[in-house]
Amino acid sequence: MSITLTPNIPDPDGFYDELLKAHEGLNDTDSQALNARLILILANHIGDRQMLRAALRAAR
Amino acid sequence: MPDPRYQTAKTLYPYRKVADQNTPARRHPVVVVGAGPVGLALALDLGQRGTPVLVLDDHEGPGLGSKAICFAKRTLDIAHRLGAAAPMMDKGVIWNVGRVFYGDGQLFSFDLQPEEGHRHPAFINLQQPYFEQFLFEAIVAARHAGAPIEIRGANRVTGLVSHADHAVLDVETLDGSYQVAADYLVACDGARSPLRDMLGLGFEGRVFEDNFLIADVKMKADFPTERWFWFEPPFKDAGQSALLHKQPDDIWRIDFQLGWNIDRAKELEPARIRARVDAMLSAQTGQVPSYDLEWTSIYTFQCRRMQSFRQNRVFFAGDSAHQVSPFGARGANSGLQDAENLAWKLDMVLKGEADMALLDTYATEREFAADENILNSSRATDFMTPKAPISRVFRNAVLDLAKDHPFARPLVNSGRLSVPCTYDGFGPDALDGPVQSRPGSVCPDAPVENGFLLDLLDGQFRVLVIGDLPVARVRAPVTTITRPDPLLATRYLGNAAAAVYLIRPDQHIVARWPMFDPNAIEAALNTALCKG
Repeated sequence: MSITLTPNIPDPDGFYDELLKAHEGLNDTDSQALNARLILILANHIGDRQMLRAALRAAR
Repeated sequence: MPDPRYQTAKTLYPYRKVADQNTPARRHPVVVVGAGPVGLALALDLGQRGTPVLVLDDHEGPGLGSKAICFAKRTLDIAHRLGAAAPMMDKGVIWNVGRVFYGDGQLFSFDLQPEEGHRHPAFINLQQPYFEQFLFEAIVAARHAGAPIEIRGANRVTGLVSHADHAVLDVETLDGSYQVAADYLVACDGARSPLRDMLGLGFEGRVFEDNFLIADVKMKADFPTERWFWFEPPFKDAGQSALLHKQPDDIWRIDFQLGWNIDRAKELEPARIRARVDAMLSAQTGQVPSYDLEWTSIYTFQCRRMQSFRQNRVFFAGDSAHQVSPFGARGANSGLQDAENLAWKLDMVLKGEADMALLDTYATEREFAADENILNSSRATDFMTPKAPISRVFRNAVLDLAKDHPFARPLVNSGRLSVPCTYDGFGPDALDGPVQSRPGSVCPDAPVENGFLLDLLDGQFRVLVIGDLPVARVRAPVTTITRPDPLLATRYLGNAAAAVYLIRPDQHIVARWPMFDPNAIEAALNTALCKG
């Protein structure tokens, strides 16, 4: 299975809104920290090292 | 006497003049330079095999001060085979529980309580001078039983010429200089290896820009026998991380990570050290217990290794060949594995039982192991001392998550504790067996009747048959365990009904099969000995 890079999130606008709301009221430092925690949580959920490597490649 | 480079903890091998000093260079089969843990273990192993070994050391006993304190299960297993583990286990502090703190709060604790069915625990804490003393005492005992081991204290090597088929050393003593020749020379002379310098060999690697303050503190305190590690400790001036760990004799090892730009002389002032220690100890108990500072020092470290652990007839083992950060106890422990890897190979080559090519595998295998240790130790260091700002963001995110979410705890890295490496590439692996006992691995211990499996693997090539299989004669002795303990079955059979393992003298598994095929065993033996 390869990493999903086609639309996969139901209600994309709603999700995007939630993502930004999670950062509301945070300064840069706290926002960065939240992002880091979020990445770690999602990465753990995916777990598959090949998938994670593919995601890192796609992001870079 | 050569000027001492350091203070010794005790005298074990005082200088005595020997006849060699008045004769032209006498040739010895094996000369070991350096009577530290690695040199002593190598000498003991060779001597017990009947191969004469001469050890030269420029002091008369182990050095004083903070050195290795954490000895891993594999080291204890090796020491046990050499007959030196019992006093280590008696004197050492066995610990299993570690706690990791982040600022004020505990993130989590872990338990190293080993799985059942191993003779030795995961670790003991023991000051290095004791470790050396116990190896030395085993050498004395072996010598009484006829093992040809000689140790010359206060004999300093000042010159080395490495020839294609031997090496010649200049040795300085109280009574002047003399020469020693060696068929094989092993440099176990530490991280600053003078022998490495004499051959002009490089020692490249990565410098970590950090200073660690060590305080070994003697006190009677009620702290549990646990390893406590703080990221960003809450007590005053403790630096970026701190460690508290118990040793024998009521000594506690305390470590503070002070950063790069410090005034070393000032930080070593006893009053300043005491202020730090007071703050740490009172944070635990609400008061400052009475204690003595036994030893203090500041260290920096590098992760590096020699490009090749062998040049002609000269071998490098232990810190002379590779250096890592102390996190994970991979220094002395990996050095002991170097010694164990080299001893049987030198012995078999000297006795004509194997070709010289076998000695090349010492370098390739232990270079591979050093790379693994350097990788692990560099990763731990990068976690503990994040370099880029984003590294710190992720590091702290891991620590923040670890408190509430178990998934983040395996990412917390304050040192991955030393385990022996697997030399992948051995084989064949014709058994559909457990991963932990695949070819290349060191044999997992397991209970057998009246003891442990590793006791049966006594330092020679051996065929281990598990289950009821017809066997035949092969060059290596065969040990059969017809009805294995369930733990042994789990570790060596998995779903297989029976198994045949070929095991090297250093207890690494060469190959395994579902049945006893003498031709396959002979072929694997030849491969392991680099024949044909």
